[in-house]
Amino acid sequence: MNRRSPFVWFMMVAGFLFLYIPIVSMIVYSFNASRLVTVWDAAHSPTLHWYRELFENEPLISAAGLSFKVAAINASCAVVLATMAAFALVRYRHFRGRALFGLLTTAPMVLPEVITGLSLLLLFVGMEQWIGWPHGRGAVTILLAHITFSMAYAIVVIQARLLTVDRSLEEAAMDLGAKPFKVFAVITLPLIVPAIASAWVLSFILSWDDLVITSFVSGPSSTTLPQLVFSKVRLGVSPDINALATILVSVVSVAVVAAGIYMMRVEKRRVLDLQKALGVEQ
Amino acid sequence: MLARLFTSWRNAHWGVRMGARWVIGIPYLWLWVFFLIPFLIVLKIAFSNIQLAMPPVEPLVRFTEPYVMQLRLHFGNFAFVFNDSLYREAFVNSLKIAGVSTVLTLLIGYPMAYGIARTTGAMRQVLFLMVVLPFFTSFLLRVYAWLGLLGKAGPLNAVLVALHIVPEPVQFLQTDFAVYLGMVYSYLPFMILPLYSAIEKLDLTLLEAAMDLGCKPVKAFFTITLPLTAEGILAGCLLVFIPAVGEYVIPALLGGPDTLMIGRVVWDEFFGNRDWPVASALAIVLLAILAGFVLILQRVQNRGEVAE
Repeated sequence: MNRRSPFVWFMMVAGFLFLYIPIVSMIVYSFNASRLVTVWDAAHSPTLHWYRELFENEPLISAAGLSFKVAAINASCAVVLATMAAFALVRYRHFRGRALFGLLTTAPMVLPEVITGLSLLLLFVGMEQWIGWPHGRGAVTILLAHITFSMAYAIVVIQARLLTVDRSLEEAAMDLGAKPFKVFAVITLPLIVPAIASAWVLSFILSWDDLVITSFVSGPSSTTLPQLVFSKVRLGVSPDINALATILVSVVSVAVVAAGIYMMRVEKRRVLDLQKALGVEQ
Repeated sequence: MLARLFTSWRNAHWGVRMGARWVIGIPYLWLWVFFLIPFLIVLKIAFSNIQLAMPPVEPLVRFTEPYVMQLRLHFGNFAFVFNDSLYREAFVNSLKIAGVSTVLTLLIGYPMAYGIARTTGAMRQVLFLMVVLPFFTSFLLRVYAWLGLLGKAGPLNAVLVALHIVPEPVQFLQTDFAVYLGMVYSYLPFMILPLYSAIEKLDLTLLEAAMDLGCKPVKAFFTITLPLTAEGILAGCLLVFIPAVGEYVIPALLGGPDTLMIGRVVWDEFFGNRDWPVASALAIVLLAILAGFVLILQRVQNRGEVAE
């Protein structure tokens, strides 16, 4: 069944062209000298002018710094909470309020962003009135909002992995007298570390990318990179945004390719181990 | 009060050990505080009246005299939302744009996912990562890329004019066409990934058996492949449709001023008009519509399982 019809071939080629032409066009035009983004200035191109301009753009650099910090802290908090929640959902089949808990862990994923943003802002305004915290809106409220929605995605990733963990290993450790926390730290945690790492990366990217929820919960003193980019591109195309896109796409590509190579190696090693275990000669 | 709450939590029999209570309790509490309660506040404000203050809403519950509590529920916001033709149009338009975009992504995404799942060896990994890559690249920047491509002086118009397909540059930006294009483009990876995992799991011997018995490939596809991947189709459609209904960025950047979508209307009511009660009422109605869709789909799915 390796034969694929010409139709499938055509759709694949056309589909990938569709996915990649806009990305490639941003990369190409980032080296264009003309300020009019879409007119190619052959005499002065390619140029790194827009990259230099990008790095000299103070507000943009500080917005990127804030986004990076928020994304990193968010990812770290989200995976801790998500690991606990996933553990609760997979290991404790019966506790009071489990159905509501299950609903609450998945709901943030299917809620439109405008609703999440609006509801969190109303909460923060209310909290400030009642308990005086958080004071105003800024990095802290952005962080709290981001943890709430990225946690839901992290739970799905970690939960899927936790379901495949062989429980007999944990039971053996318990039988030998290990305390529950030690069993988790020595047996379960190393087995789910790959999932925790993917959940961290996913949470980082969700936070790094978010515009809508951030716009609701951020204050005047804190502007994240997506907010800055959005306010800029609303006024039209801008060549330094192309340069920014090129840098971000390159970073993501390197990360994705590295992850891909790692995944293939792991897969190959698994097959080899399996062959060894079954006594099959290479 | 808090101390007593904590003691009762510690002493009550929840069906789990002490250590487990922390494992369950901490994320549970987080979701209560930052997800469930905010949602109840939206509900509350949807029934409030607007006032000129900060926050710009009247309280629902007031103590008019000592020990006399007055509860005022204001249904006007919902009446306003349902009667105003602008909001009605925004809802209908959002559902239409999201629905058509979902069907289009399915039509493009299914053959792509099928092709990737049928590729063998390392090439399959490469193609899979090529779907994941745009998924991880900034949503905002991928929408922005079309601003350059679709512009009047942009490459697409240059090609169309050079090939004499159109006599002069076409206005693509600020039209519904650009919104559909942006939607399909942005959400295509969300459709391909669940479809890919569904098609990959498909047992190929079923198809071989059908072919051996003289079944034509097209018929085999519609009687075997399509029903067996129905779950992937459903998952992909939900992953595209739900965020698409509430989408803000795409209509704001690519659509014109008359491209009404509900996410944009909520945003404008909130930031532009500072009408928190109406924005909240719109959010509640949007949520009710989406919950209705999910419930109907679940029922359809359950019925399908029972029938099998």
